[in-house]
Amino acid sequence: MTTATKTPVWKQEGAVPFLQIKNVTKKFDDFTAVDNVSLDIYKEELFCLLGGSGSGKSTLLRMLAGFEEPTSGSIIIDGVDMAGIEPWNRPVNMMFQSYALFPHLTVFDNIAFGLKREGMKRDEIKTRVNEMLGMVQMSEYGKRKPNQLSGGQRQRVALARALIKRPKLLLLDEPLGALDKKLREETQFELMNIQDELGVTFVVVTHDQEEAMTLATRIGVMNHGEVVQVDEPQDVYEYPNSRFVADFIGSVNMFEGRVTEDLPDSVKVESKEAGCLLYVNHGINCAPNQKVSVAIRPEKIKISRTKPDQLMNCLKGKIEDMAYMGSLSVYRIKLEGGKEVRITQPNFSRDMGTRLTWEENVYLYWDVDSAVVLTA
Amino acid sequence: MSTLSLTTSIVDATGRMLAKYTPREKINWGRLGVISVPSVWLFVFFFVPFLVVFKISFAESEIAIPPYSDLMNWDAEDTFLSIKLSLANYIFLFEDALYLDAYWSSVKIAGVATIITLIVAFPMAYLIARSEPNKRNLLLMLVVVPFWTSFLLRIYAWMGFLNKNGLINQGLMAIGIIDEPLIMMQTDFAVYIGIVYAYLPLMILPLYTALEKMDMTLIEAASDLGATPTQSFIKITLPLAVPGIIAGCMLVFIPAVGEFVIPSLLGGSDTLMIGRVLWDEFFQNRDWPMAAAVATVMLVMLLLPIMLVSDGQDKKEEA
Repeated sequence: MTTATKTPVWKQEGAVPFLQIKNVTKKFDDFTAVDNVSLDIYKEELFCLLGGSGSGKSTLLRMLAGFEEPTSGSIIIDGVDMAGIEPWNRPVNMMFQSYALFPHLTVFDNIAFGLKREGMKRDEIKTRVNEMLGMVQMSEYGKRKPNQLSGGQRQRVALARALIKRPKLLLLDEPLGALDKKLREETQFELMNIQDELGVTFVVVTHDQEEAMTLATRIGVMNHGEVVQVDEPQDVYEYPNSRFVADFIGSVNMFEGRVTEDLPDSVKVESKEAGCLLYVNHGINCAPNQKVSVAIRPEKIKISRTKPDQLMNCLKGKIEDMAYMGSLSVYRIKLEGGKEVRITQPNFSRDMGTRLTWEENVYLYWDVDSAVVLTA
Repeated sequence: MSTLSLTTSIVDATGRMLAKYTPREKINWGRLGVISVPSVWLFVFFFVPFLVVFKISFAESEIAIPPYSDLMNWDAEDTFLSIKLSLANYIFLFEDALYLDAYWSSVKIAGVATIITLIVAFPMAYLIARSEPNKRNLLLMLVVVPFWTSFLLRIYAWMGFLNKNGLINQGLMAIGIIDEPLIMMQTDFAVYIGIVYAYLPLMILPLYTALEKMDMTLIEAASDLGATPTQSFIKITLPLAVPGIIAGCMLVFIPAVGEFVIPSLLGGSDTLMIGRVLWDEFFQNRDWPMAAAVATVMLVMLLLPIMLVSDGQDKKEEA
């Protein structure tokens, strides 16, 4: 989706954001659902708000659509402050998690609903709707009622209905939540194609990190009403800025420890849990002796029966459990200090005989640039 | 009596209509057993009495006990069985303007009252359906509570309100809005008030059921697509409430057509309603065959539109 050669908009100097969320706070009675969130989202982005339930992501989306008014702060879409603008007057359309298709209307009339409200002529509506039906590959289903459609078909209709008015900003609430895995993958790519084709700016809310990773140009991770990290998917995964993000996105092994050497471009951490000195080749802002976590992804740890020739980032343990999952194997390894570590390894060889197995003593090690030090 | 049992059959018919969303299942014996109980009940207490009434409508009025002639005559001497069906009652019914006027005026009063009830009940049902779930039951209880008092007593209470010296006139005069008491008793106005008041719960409950089922995100979706609140109401809320509206209107309209107590207590002598005519035929004139004919025609008149509506709904569902 993003071409590697071009500098993405959000990194360009002086680029004007299409959607600005400025210090938005939303309180329900004394519960703060969204806490002072500021975000800049650029044209033609596919921005994912990722968070667990109750993280405030849906509330934020509903404020963009106009169903909720911010308690404080402002939302600016394409230069227009949305304060006091009713949902039906906003240049925004939303695809609902439940799809919210009108059960008494046919697929055609569902999609045409938005255009009819604009007072568009019948012929024009017909062409537009048929065009849209073709795009979502639902041309034959125009006369059906929503309850005569499968989940995937309903989802397409909901998408078509949200796109028909050619909104500047499309909001999607857990768009793929109700679909089975195969259908999800298909629709993910379809969504990206549609976005490329129409040049709409997407804001997607999801709790599914996989969905966010494949769809998004950038991800905003939310926790307790706050946006804790905004980055491109690979950066959120490889360079999480906090224990929460590291843990929420993908799985991670974390070793608690103390900083023993803090150089501008490397850190040494002494960790009792790991049972050895951990060396990470990136600098951090920290006080000497500060408590930190060293986070390492399961797939970045190498595993071997023989002792590797490195002293740092090298742990000893015993295979407690393993699971063969086809393309890869998952190992649960108990370190000498008692901590459990999770490792995934691609299954290079078909031969089961050479593979590591239960109760084997193994060495775990990784490269100096594989782990991340987290202070927050 | 026929109106009462008719109501049960209406409830049955509307129940069928409301249940149209449930998928059809295979007929099995257990199911048949369950169905047979109300079926037998309806047969014995609705269909058989109706046949009796229907039979009497073809008899002639006589001064006897019971006050009508036998249809069948068995002449033992000639071994001759004769069946005498008198159509005079039906012919008279269509010739005498009194009956047709009474039918027409009943339908008109019941129709207008039903529409007023719908208009009053809709916001109430909507409010209950949209209130917090833990408050809904309380509000519904409040709707049903008046049923715990005798219907007759409640209508009498309205007489106290609407009287020349009643509460409403006293109140209005005390505030100084009117100088002379308003004449409200013995008018059609009082009849409307009575019907709307008495049948309001029957309208609210089915409307509530339909509105409560509605997903509020549909309204949000409509407004997101550019519909103003008025447009959302007309295009989304109203069509989705149609099953409830139909059920409620039938539950109100049908008993209202045959209503007897309200027009006789609150209405004037010129408030012509079929229920009163029926009563007069039975008890004043003691002309049972005529009364039976009036009841039969009323039943057919009410049943036909219901069957058409129900049939139309089923066909719409199949389409």
